[in-house]
Amino acid sequence: MTESAHQDTPEQVEFREHCRTWLAANKPGEPGVRLPLSPLEIMTQEQLDYLQAWQKAAYDAGMIGCDYPVTVGGGSRSDCQRIANEEMKGARTPFLPNVIGLGMAAPTVFYHAQDELKERLLPRLFSGEDIWCQGFSEPGAGSDLASVQTFAERKGDKWLINGHKVWTSLAHFAEWMILLLRTDRSHKYDGLSYFVVPIRSALGNGVTVRPLIKMTGETGFNEVIFEDLEVDDSYRLDELGKGWQVAMTTLLHERGAGDLKTPSAGGMKSKTTHSTTTSSLIDLARNTMRNGRPALEDPLLRDQIMQLIIREAGLGINQRRARVAGLQDHPSRLLLQNKLLASEIAQDIGALALEIAGASASLYLGDSNAPAGGQWPLSYMNSYGMTIAAGTSEVQRNILGERVLGLAKSK
Amino acid sequence: MTQPDNFGFEEEAALLKDSARKFFADNFTTDKLHTMVAADFEPERMSGCHWDAALWQQLVELGWAAVAVPESAGGLGMPLSAVAGLVEEVGRAAFPCPLLATLNAVYVLAAIGADAETALTEIAEGRTASLATINRDGAWDAALTEVVCDAGTLSGTAWFVQDARKVDRLLVAARNGERIALYWVPIDAPGVTVQPDAIVDLTRDQAHIAFDSVAAEPVCADGLPALQQAMPAVWTLLAADITGAAEWQLQTTVDYANARQQFDHSLGFFQAVKHPLVDVMIHIDQSKSLVYNAACAFDFEPDEAARFAHMAKASASDLAAFASGRAVQFHGGIGFTWECFLHLYFKRQTHSQMLWGDGPWHRARMADIVLGKVA
Ligand SMILES: Cc1cc2nc3c(=O)[nH]c(=O)nc-3n(C[C@H](O)[C@H](O)[C@H](O)COP(=O)(O)OP(=O)(O)OC[C@H]3O[C@@H](n4cnc5c(N)ncnc54)[C@H](O)[C@@H]3O)c2cc1C
Repeated sequence: MTESAHQDTPEQVEFREHCRTWLAANKPGEPGVRLPLSPLEIMTQEQLDYLQAWQKAAYDAGMIGCDYPVTVGGGSRSDCQRIANEEMKGARTPFLPNVIGLGMAAPTVFYHAQDELKERLLPRLFSGEDIWCQGFSEPGAGSDLASVQTFAERKGDKWLINGHKVWTSLAHFAEWMILLLRTDRSHKYDGLSYFVVPIRSALGNGVTVRPLIKMTGETGFNEVIFEDLEVDDSYRLDELGKGWQVAMTTLLHERGAGDLKTPSAGGMKSKTTHSTTTSSLIDLARNTMRNGRPALEDPLLRDQIMQLIIREAGLGINQRRARVAGLQDHPSRLLLQNKLLASEIAQDIGALALEIAGASASLYLGDSNAPAGGQWPLSYMNSYGMTIAAGTSEVQRNILGERVLGLAKSK
Repeated sequence: MTQPDNFGFEEEAALLKDSARKFFADNFTTDKLHTMVAADFEPERMSGCHWDAALWQQLVELGWAAVAVPESAGGLGMPLSAVAGLVEEVGRAAFPCPLLATLNAVYVLAAIGADAETALTEIAEGRTASLATINRDGAWDAALTEVVCDAGTLSGTAWFVQDARKVDRLLVAARNGERIALYWVPIDAPGVTVQPDAIVDLTRDQAHIAFDSVAAEPVCADGLPALQQAMPAVWTLLAADITGAAEWQLQTTVDYANARQQFDHSLGFFQAVKHPLVDVMIHIDQSKSLVYNAACAFDFEPDEAARFAHMAKASASDLAAFASGRAVQFHGGIGFTWECFLHLYFKRQTHSQMLWGDGPWHRARMADIVLGKVA
């Protein structure tokens, strides 16, 4: 069989080699602090400093934003982000802190902002020097996102913004926010507009950021209150009243189905990190005794572990099959399953880990007898953040049923 | 050895899959299938063997029965991922034919090597075959065969032989002294009696086959290694068939959910219908990805073939049950009737779910590979 047609392009080969060499020499060392499970629970400046330094180094090495044009701080490469992601994953590097910037803000700004704004914002976004956050959800607008009420009122070539955003991840560190708001109350969808807003510089001057505490006891998301914040019209993306269309670009990329790949990194394995994978589950089962034997020998548990390995493998192979044209019938059928499956598999791995741990599952962070330092109950609880954020699992199933299967739109 | 990124699924594989889908759409509608196999609804009827031998002959002439036969024996020698693509379409059409049975024999024969050249050539020329390796308990392990070879003749019974009344040859596993040997036996050889089973599935036939002093020469004196090497292909292809059939079940149910109105909406509007249909799709995609991964491993990464094939068949067996249940449930009363075509797929899937091991069976073996056996 001819393999060559499906191997990397010469550019990709060379780039992969570059990533490998660089990572071998420059993979960051152990953090001095316990890292959270994901960027959504970064709580302290020390954690952020470590992670920001890593993102900056990876950006300087050309592994972030590689497929964006050089003019906006990218690498002008072709289909190379995927390669960088694979290599960072293989090297088990730490995660990148500016997730919302990289995954959502960058493609949105790239497709909808004026050149001047892109050229100004994107380089510092890619390097991680500017952290970004996403101001979409509100107390009255979650799954039904188009009902947001935060309002911008025109004042000459400025806008006055008032409103209340919630669950705003990373707002406590963010320089910039992508902001979906209303400029017209008489049309639900056509009354929406989209802005990028510098929030850090406006703290105490129209913007208040207050932490919300998660069920785990961690912080990481916030409420953000706008009181007469004045914003220049040049920060508006696309036309007035086109906010919903712009938000679709954001959501498409957030759900992994956009054309610009999100830079993503490794899943570090170190003393201070924990990964929710079936291999950690197997380690746990091997080290947990049940009736005097390792839990791993229990036939029921073996079956449950195999079920999860099968689902985990299926998800990984979906990504690979999505690139083989002859093996799919609908262009976004596999991509749109990604977030839903990843979050539900992680949740089920966590649930099974607690069952395996049995009585020890009662032990939490800070207890020296807790399996994996108490991170299993932590990651299990955090998995609910993932099945809720970025469109709940129920909403994802609506989208798949409607866009892919063509079923009638549910309310 | 590593797997190529595209599963070894090249352009010719895509062409084969597309033309198979088109062939069945043009020549073999579900309506035709129903008329052919479901004329009689008597529950205690003896299983028939209803199929369109002339249409099958067209497939043979297209070369599809020889896709897996090595080129050295006159076949097309296509990779397993290409063969899986073809089988997926056969499953989607639920086409009654001895393709899967014959492919299974091909992979065992190919694993035997030079001694099986003659048998493989016969298949390349259009003969069909089925494996006769399983005992009365349905233990999917040829080491437990009830057939014995003594002084050059076979005696005993082989069970769960697929499409037995459609095939020309049997590849029989028989105990010969300490070993399990394999024999290539014409179905009409003196002393062979085909005893049809009454089975649930209307799209296949199955039999147990009695051997009474059947004269036979082994094609392989020590058959278990060849069987062991071939079984991942057998599991993978059946999983491909299930996946194709599940795609038909999903599409048919989606069409119905769009057409049928209740409470002023089409059924698909309601999430109690919509979400499980999405879950069927997700399960299809998982199984399908695992099928092509297993197929690719068979050709490119043989050390991993068994593990990946267990994953594919475990996933597909569960899919068979899940897709069938949801399809019937979401058709309501009509889905429960003989008149509605769904029952054909429900029954085919039930048969496929169990054949060559169901989900728990494959996961138990996979666990032995992944975690090590329990002492
Ligand atoms: C960890 C975390 C981080 C987040 N980060 C951000 C962020 O950075 N920026 C931001 O803007 N938002 C963020 N969010 C908010 C997130 O997008 C919303 O929580 C989510 O969209 C759900 O909205 P809601 O919480 O209002 O729940 P609701 O919409 O009120 O939903 C409640 C329940 O009802 C179900 N439901 C609602 N509508 C339907 C329907 N049509 N069909 C079926 N079921 C339905 C939901 O699935 C859910 O189970 C974050 C959330 C979490 C948990």
